Amino acid sequence: MCVNNKEGKFLASTSKNKSASKKKPNLKAVSNSASNPTLEEMKKLYREMLLIRRFEEKAGQLYGMGLIGGFCHLYIGQEAVVTGINSVQETQDSVITTYRDHAHMLACGMEARGIMAELTGREGGYSRGKGGSMHMFSKEKLFFGGHGIVGASTSIGTGLGFSHKYREDNGVCIAYMGDGSANQGQVAECYNMAALWKLPVLYVIENNKYGMGTSTARHAAGQLYARGAGYGIPGEQVDGMDVFAVQAAARQALDYVRSGNGPYILEVMTYRYRGHSMSDPANYRTKDEVEERKGNDPIAKLKSMMADQDVSEDDIKSIDKEIKAIVKDSAEFSQESPELPPEELWTDVLVEVE
Amino acid sequence: MTIEILMPALSPTMTEGNLAKWVKKEGDTVEAGDVIAEIETDKATMEVEAVDEGTIGKILIEEGTENVAVNTPIAILLEEGESADDIGAASSAPAPAQSAPAESVSVTMSTEVASQPSGANIENRDILYAQGHVIEPPVYDEAPFMASTKIMTVREALREGMSEEMRADNDIFMMGEEIAEYNGAYKVTQGMLDEFGDKRIIDTPITEHGFAGMGVGAAMNGLKPIVEFMTFNFAMQAIDHIINSAAKTLYMAGGQLGCPIVFRGPNGSASRVGAQHSQCYASWYAHVPGLKVVSPWSAADAKGLMKSAIRDPNPIVFLENELMYGQSFEVPTDDDYTIPLGRAKIEREGSDVTIVAFSIMVGRALEAAEKLAEQGIDAEVINLRTIRPLDRYTILESVKKTNRIVSCEEGWGFAGIGSEIAALIGEHAFDYLDAPLKRVCAADVPLPYAAGLEQLAVPQTDQIIHAAKEVCYVD
Repeated sequence: MCVNNKEGKFLASTSKNKSASKKKPNLKAVSNSASNPTLEEMKKLYREMLLIRRFEEKAGQLYGMGLIGGFCHLYIGQEAVVTGINSVQETQDSVITTYRDHAHMLACGMEARGIMAELTGREGGYSRGKGGSMHMFSKEKLFFGGHGIVGASTSIGTGLGFSHKYREDNGVCIAYMGDGSANQGQVAECYNMAALWKLPVLYVIENNKYGMGTSTARHAAGQLYARGAGYGIPGEQVDGMDVFAVQAAARQALDYVRSGNGPYILEVMTYRYRGHSMSDPANYRTKDEVEERKGNDPIAKLKSMMADQDVSEDDIKSIDKEIKAIVKDSAEFSQESPELPPEELWTDVLVEVE
Repeated sequence: MTIEILMPALSPTMTEGNLAKWVKKEGDTVEAGDVIAEIETDKATMEVEAVDEGTIGKILIEEGTENVAVNTPIAILLEEGESADDIGAASSAPAPAQSAPAESVSVTMSTEVASQPSGANIENRDILYAQGHVIEPPVYDEAPFMASTKIMTVREALREGMSEEMRADNDIFMMGEEIAEYNGAYKVTQGMLDEFGDKRIIDTPITEHGFAGMGVGAAMNGLKPIVEFMTFNFAMQAIDHIINSAAKTLYMAGGQLGCPIVFRGPNGSASRVGAQHSQCYASWYAHVPGLKVVSPWSAADAKGLMKSAIRDPNPIVFLENELMYGQSFEVPTDDDYTIPLGRAKIEREGSDVTIVAFSIMVGRALEAAEKLAEQGIDAEVINLRTIRPLDRYTILESVKKTNRIVSCEEGWGFAGIGSEIAALIGEHAFDYLDAPLKRVCAADVPLPYAAGLEQLAVPQTDQIIHAAKEVCYVD
């Protein structure tokens, strides 16, 4: 028995969940209930989203200068998604995502320097220049990549969820994917196993409306948040251009997952302003569409909300300045850091056995 | 300080483009993210966005200009408090190339050994080989272990090896199809559910791609999964995770994060199960840096290699053979018995011809050697045990002694393990050969079902005998 209510929310039959956990998740509609964020909270979220945006713009610029090669997928426009979710996750939670990963690392607290230097392929990068834009990791921050194969991160993320349960560390894996990934067969395989074994995984579908150049209307049947229905996984759609809406939905979803109920699917409706990668002119959508979406910008909205709450212009400017300095520093570091010496070509293939 | 806006590269290969249109004019203020110009490349027209905020002080390259080199300053941006007077003698010549130093790095192979990993251990043996060195693996003396043995099947030996390791390390768990309640499709895991419980012995749905990826994720977070494929034919559904996710992660993470996992199951042909269930994947996996590929023959091999594979911090592909599961061998009783990965074993010493084999073909090679002995040919049989890293040293030393070599494998010949051995001999033992190398391998067809045809397709003892006699120039 399933219910699909007006808020675009899929509620699985709860009879099974009830017996599994006494803590019944609150699945009321999540509106833009900012639950009256404090000024400090607003400033923090503004700061984090702005860091992502300015970092990505700088990455785009360095790409244009030939300092970054290959593929480079920017997150501009999607900042509220990872920022909102990160703001309510716990330190023992692990994170994994696809190739559009710079923002997730910044949100995890990884340093801008190390990310930018990886983009330029230098020794100071998180993978010492051997991974590049799509392949970075931080064991310390429980960030497990950065994966270039669409769909692969979902299976690996389900395995991370398995490890949290095996270790009983109360952690949840937040496994991000795009609307494009959601069509991969292994995603369905993992929904099945995660539900079967009640693994602590929060599947976040960042629906930016395009799987590369193919719109969801052309690549996805039905609703992505409802795809867990057959497995009894609750799903919900949330406005990804509103950081507080994302935050509220993620808080409930994480609570549900952490309580031992099994996985949850959060489909976050977002938009990327730039092309799929740097070399994509995005001819598959109109300029009007992009402009319209930009009019609903999560950062601009939060900024005006802060102004309404009497945050002074100086306060906002000082955040802007601080972010600018971090990004400038990361860009400089990423150019000063050397490339690995040639003999490093041969290292890190296998772990040495004593 | 005014900011120079440079002609951007908009794809990995772009070196120049046309400045099609200025969206902003001199005197316009811009914010980060504003579109300032349109640029035409050979593929598309792209928008250029401002990265900094300020005022367009001067446009250096007029719209309509063609073939503007990447990194040429195209405009000057004034920051807050600056005016046109601050614009210096900006040049419109291309700025010095700011490309990464990669271009100047020599890509010729270094003969220097990398500082890490170092020395003559097996981890970097393939690397050293690529640099022209054949390294002798650490000497391994199995004889003391064989002083006390018991008879066991390969199936029991595998189970005992895994169980002993699981008793010693709670981070080890096992997942696969039918391994728990059904006790294993081939009964390798019989009784393990009873001993270790369903937290550690996990029945999966028939969903190889998903559970292989799950295993990789668990390994990345520090657990030590053993992933059973009912047969390696089904691992084809999961090969993306074995190669892209397991084998490449350590390198892509700059050494920060590894993947200690064992993928195991029967490989090669069974009996009358047709083409889709009968294939040897040794050369497929051996092709990939970042993997170790192990293939036991005897029960002693099975136990000793399995224990080493589980303890190894790298991703391992462990290729068993269904027809071997029920065969019995002497297995050391010592709990500390392990076999180091990367060292071959000379199963039978001989002086006339070297026969190299792995897995089920070792038995056929030994059988062939006995029959050859009756005809006066003294064959040396090498059991590879590990396919990657390959024990090249043992093969070469043997060939230097016998001057003749036959390679045997159950897989197809094309780009097979025998091809790699042929390359090794060509590169390092050419002058020692008294005859060209011969390969014994599967017929180059999908495996047929009909009993007679199957017998013809799978390499048999007689073919090894025939090949050995050929390289010895005996009729």
